[in-house]
Amino acid sequence: MKKLPLYLTVGVLVAAGLSLILYKVLVLGFPLQPESERSIWTVQARFTVDGHTRPVKAILQILSSSPGFTVLDENFVSRGFGLTIVEEAGAREAQWAIRRAAGRQTFYYQAVVTPELIGARGPSAPTGLENERLEEPYATAAEAVVAQVRAQSADVSTFTAELLRHLNDPEPDENTALFLAAGRSLGQRVEIAVSLLETGGISARAAYGLYLEEGERHAQFSPVLEVWDGDSWLWFSPETGEEGLPENVLIWWDGDKPLIDVVGGSNPEVEISTWRNTVDALQLAERRADARQSRIMDFSLLRLPLQIQAVYQILLLVPIGAFIMVLLRNVIGVKTFGTFMPVLVALAFRETRLVAGLVLFVLVVALGVGLRFLLDRLRLLLVPRLAAVLILVVLCLLTVSILSHQLGFETGLSVALFPLVILTIAIERMSIVWEEVGPTEAIQQGLGTLAVAALAYLVMSLSHVEYLVFVFPEILLLLLAAVLLLGRYSGYRLLELVRFRALGADDA
Amino acid sequence: MLEMRRRLRERGVLGINRRNSAYVRLWNPRRLYPLVDDKLRTKELAIASGMPVPELYAVVTAQHDVRGLRKALADREQFVVKPAHGSGGNGILIIIGRRGELYLKSSGAVMDWAELDHHISNSLSGLYSLGGQRDRVLVEYFVQSEPELEKISYRGVPDIRLIVYRGFPAMAMIRLPTHLSDGKANLHLGAVGVGIDLSKGVTLQGVQGTEVVVLHPDTGNCLEGLEIPHWDQILKLAAECFDMTGLGYLGVDLVLDHKHGPLILELNARPGLAIQIANCAGLHTRLELIDEHADPRDSLEDRIVFSRQHFAA
Repeated sequence: MKKLPLYLTVGVLVAAGLSLILYKVLVLGFPLQPESERSIWTVQARFTVDGHTRPVKAILQILSSSPGFTVLDENFVSRGFGLTIVEEAGAREAQWAIRRAAGRQTFYYQAVVTPELIGARGPSAPTGLENERLEEPYATAAEAVVAQVRAQSADVSTFTAELLRHLNDPEPDENTALFLAAGRSLGQRVEIAVSLLETGGISARAAYGLYLEEGERHAQFSPVLEVWDGDSWLWFSPETGEEGLPENVLIWWDGDKPLIDVVGGSNPEVEISTWRNTVDALQLAERRADARQSRIMDFSLLRLPLQIQAVYQILLLVPIGAFIMVLLRNVIGVKTFGTFMPVLVALAFRETRLVAGLVLFVLVVALGVGLRFLLDRLRLLLVPRLAAVLILVVLCLLTVSILSHQLGFETGLSVALFPLVILTIAIERMSIVWEEVGPTEAIQQGLGTLAVAALAYLVMSLSHVEYLVFVFPEILLLLLAAVLLLGRYSGYRLLELVRFRALGADDA
Repeated sequence: MLEMRRRLRERGVLGINRRNSAYVRLWNPRRLYPLVDDKLRTKELAIASGMPVPELYAVVTAQHDVRGLRKALADREQFVVKPAHGSGGNGILIIIGRRGELYLKSSGAVMDWAELDHHISNSLSGLYSLGGQRDRVLVEYFVQSEPELEKISYRGVPDIRLIVYRGFPAMAMIRLPTHLSDGKANLHLGAVGVGIDLSKGVTLQGVQGTEVVVLHPDTGNCLEGLEIPHWDQILKLAAECFDMTGLGYLGVDLVLDHKHGPLILELNARPGLAIQIANCAGLHTRLELIDEHADPRDSLEDRIVFSRQHFAA
């Protein structure tokens, strides 16, 4: 009677099921609602350059590991250029090259991105300080600024914030002013901050972010300060000194390289546009899983051939029906014919719809039981009699179909798919119970069967349920755990409370 | 609902789920089931152990035996036909007399040999057995009711059901055939169950279905306060069935024959729970009491003394 192994098994099943489901929902973004939609962003760089019948090489910095986003897809378009993608120290660039180019040349780079959920992977760690020695008097000034800022800060994060406050001060002290003398645009302030941070022994670099806005044709990059705190990258707005990256900012590239670079061409221009699309959330999740190279999709039902998927769409519902069956029989105490006949009847209802199915079931079983009693007078042995009932059931179905067609009810036609054997067994069971125990019990069990079947059908036909078990077959692990627990349920069945009410009466 | 649940639990009423998980599953090893599921084997076992059972007239194992059966039954006025694997009284046919070539059923209806033949064929082909497998048919002595019990039963013979837990009689009732049950002593067919005070062997209140009844619905006689004859022997036989089969949670069905006294009719490895309503008492309390006290070394007499002491009404 030790229940520990049971609870352990249940615990393992629940943990496995839940963690798979949570991973799919939270990390891969599998939607819990059928037909839900998510937005994805397309960013496009249109890069033009004039060629002068000489070799041309055009270089564009492209998305590498943008924090907070997953790149689902990338496209490169050009006319006749060779394309090389170079990856170096976490940065990526596209290099288009051609031997001879004349006239205006256009290149397109398009990327589809979607906001990352949990578990975003940021850019890789810095390789080390670049450590360019500053010249005098900058070196001394830098030391002084760093010393001052360090005195007023506790860690990398506060150090950076304090430094930016210094740089943004409208009336900077003389050391800071020395750096700002060359210019104080945002980009320049970021560069100064980077070199000062490096002087202070902190890896830092500039990054260029794009505000994602619907239908933006001429998007501008805003520089962001990227600082390594020893474990991960921190982002600071050079304007306000605030830490963190706004949700709608996509970091396009980082480092000190320019966005575009051209060799052999002139007059380069780049135009960035961003727009939003909505896509099916489920498809998006699949693409995201692919982009993350998640192994889970290799074992997904969604990768099976379509006709097999269709089979599983129904098959996966059977456990739901079985679970309802367990609940109704062991917890409620409903009497039914056979253990799983109601589940099979419920599956049959899927073909006929509920009301038509109920009517047909009652009609065919009633006819069948009637004919079965007539057959009884012929004193047949068991197996031939079952066969005879089966033949009669087919004839009944045929009659019902022809009649309903004549009367113009289309549903009667689908009865052909109503599982024949289920009906035959139902008829046989019903007539035996009828004969042996009496009509009351037979009708009671018949109604119980129909009620359970109807309930199972209703639950199984909820599109939400169908969707959930199909997309998250892990739910079956949870169902299994629940069934195991119910298997040890030793309390009263609900109907036993009625049955034994005489024993629970006040005066007893 | 919760109130009812609490009250039933307080009174130690046993539910099906608990019966199955805590008693049947634990105390009745599956390998022993055939001993009680096959009435023929039960009978053979009982005979071998020297227990009294209704006399076996014939066994039909194949269709061609049916011809021989007619001869074997030629001079029997009364007999009972039952499938060896029938459950819940299914397939039991009681013939209480002959009208020339016709057989008189306990319900008052008559049947000819062809109908009887058909019934036996059906039984052989497994119509009444649980799994539908081929079956054997027993034809045996039709028990004659004790006159004492005659007045509270309609047509058929009442039988006495005892729940024997680990060799201790735990609860008892007598099942009285009614018009509704077609003279059969099966509660779900409409027979009346009457609880029995284990210590004295005196009847308590009755129950039909789930309703308490005071008078027999057909004979109108009071059900309560009747003394069951041979009670000592009944307790002893029931308790012995545990030693005979090894089943820890056992339903023992006995009948009282006016000539032969108590006879073991059949055994059940999953006895029903309606007995609690008839006794107006919860079985769970009694089983737990037995669990506390039980000792494998207890002799038959010890067990009966214990039960009589503790399970009075």
